[in-house]
Amino acid sequence: MQFGLTEEQDLIVSTVRSFVETEIYPLEDEIEARGAVPAEIGRQIRDKVLEMGFYAANFPESVGGGGLNNLEFALLERELGRGSMALTHFFGRPQNILMACEGDQIDRYLLPAVRGEKMDALAMTEPDAGSDVRGMSTTARRDGGDWVLNGTKHFISGGDHADFFIVFVATGVDDTPHGPKKRITCFLVDRGHPGFEVLPGYKSVSHAGYHNVILKFEDCRLADNQVLGAVDGGFEVMNSWLYATRITVATMCVGRARRAFDYALSYAVERKQFGKQIGKFQGVGFKLADMVTEIDAADWLTLSAAWRLDQGLPANREIASAKLHASEMLARVTDEAIQVYGGMGLMDDLPLARFWRDARVERIWDGTSEIQRHIISRELLRPLGG
Amino acid sequence: MKVLVPVKRVIDYNVKVRVKADNTGVELANVKMAMNPFDEIAVEEALRLKESGGADEVVAVSIGPTQNQETIRTALAMGADRGIHIEAPHEIEPLAVAKLLKEVVAREEPGLVFVGKQAIDDDCNQTGQMLAALLGWAQGTFVSGIEIKGDSAAVIREVDGGLEHLEIRMPAVVTVDLRLNEPRYASLPNIMKAKKKPLDSMSAADLGVDIAPRLTITRVEEPPAREAGIKVCDVAELVDKLKNEAKVI
Repeated sequence: MQFGLTEEQDLIVSTVRSFVETEIYPLEDEIEARGAVPAEIGRQIRDKVLEMGFYAANFPESVGGGGLNNLEFALLERELGRGSMALTHFFGRPQNILMACEGDQIDRYLLPAVRGEKMDALAMTEPDAGSDVRGMSTTARRDGGDWVLNGTKHFISGGDHADFFIVFVATGVDDTPHGPKKRITCFLVDRGHPGFEVLPGYKSVSHAGYHNVILKFEDCRLADNQVLGAVDGGFEVMNSWLYATRITVATMCVGRARRAFDYALSYAVERKQFGKQIGKFQGVGFKLADMVTEIDAADWLTLSAAWRLDQGLPANREIASAKLHASEMLARVTDEAIQVYGGMGLMDDLPLARFWRDARVERIWDGTSEIQRHIISRELLRPLGG
Repeated sequence: MKVLVPVKRVIDYNVKVRVKADNTGVELANVKMAMNPFDEIAVEEALRLKESGGADEVVAVSIGPTQNQETIRTALAMGADRGIHIEAPHEIEPLAVAKLLKEVVAREEPGLVFVGKQAIDDDCNQTGQMLAALLGWAQGTFVSGIEIKGDSAAVIREVDGGLEHLEIRMPAVVTVDLRLNEPRYASLPNIMKAKKKPLDSMSAADLGVDIAPRLTITRVEEPPAREAGIKVCDVAELVDKLKNEAKVI
């Protein structure tokens, strides 16, 4: 067992940290106040990252990506997690699922995404299908040689800057002993395609500036070469490629928690009340002790889950544990960081209130805490006949 | 032409430096270290010179404990071709550093030495000048602009009165100032390549240099905390306070 980083991993961490501190932090307040990232700022970040060769670091070198493994990518995401998500979105980590591209899809979607020429967004959630993904009611039916899509998707993160969408829709129903089960197919849909509309989404309490959109399909006609993976094989591509995105959520939570903790720690030393540093009062000192213990636990849990993926070991339960613990830890740590600051922690002169608001969504997206607990308990009970 | 770039490992500029409890120095245990920011500017300038065809090799050298190899790797990840590590204690004086660099220069025969004008830890601002003197080379210090013209270099120096334009004979030592350039980030491909790039390690004794300290540090203290300012009502009060309280006029 070895808990240290290699020299390369160390340099990845220090380089990304330095980028986030230098290029992202100074823009955060303005983006938060504005509630959006101007396209020009997005392009500037993207161009710098392209120049650094860090764009699409999660893709194999064979398609022009950075070739990082899951552990290295988790380290990169952890450092990005320190910064505002609205801005770090442009650091460019296209959805791995694009590796399922075949034929002309490679030149039309995969390579432009890796080169930073096109941005993607993933569309699964619907107004009536959240945790119950398979309950989706957006459909695609055969008409001649084409597919015709109808329905609505919402909460589509990063959709305002996306050039194309990776959309999951129902393409039929199977009768099974457990009842009817929808067949799902994944499609690639270009912004501006006839019958497809991208509408502004809801205003969220978390991650102002990182927008969600609503997608509307009205007799949207797509050719066969827009199908990603096999027809009715949507769940298979989803499971092969989207399995690890929960690690991204977990590790970003760890990065943000460390930043919040750094604020709390320095304030505990600077701030004096009753004639001494507040950190010397047990009420504050013990908070710091609990915070760092929880952050470290989440950090190691997440990195070990990523390491398991790299080793080809079963990791579903461990990834769920990491996502569950890291997102719930972030809620507690950001809350306690504000408590250490007292009233000042709530003012927007400091980023703590923002961290606290942003933390809320982490327990919901990419599988709620309850879904993660369901996965964990199922993995434990199933082998015992449960 | 080869460019030699000495890089120093210092406390990261974001870290709040603390004096050790026994007043013998500053706390280095568990403190984040990084390349001296002025040396990063020197590496960047050397890389730009290479990219524009003015140099064919960039060699980074660092003097200090084994951990200094991390600083060299950072230079290699930025794009330097090769590294040299000279094992020495962290607290080594500028004269000893200059003597060691002189031996490295004798072995490597670079056309230029680019180095930060000073290190942000001790702020000595001596090494570049001492190295040039020991070598008998020309020196351009506090440089914010440089252009190579055959056997000489046109440099712009940041001096108290403004900018000084000089032409210096090469080989030369150039100490770089803040406004010379904006250093690049390490690139992912270069990070991955950094470990495969050659890094020679040697000791001060291998170079036959006596690095024994000539100075004794008697005590290290925090600077006095700055007191809050005051507002004065008029010029008369200002003059009175400057004369009778601050006693500066």
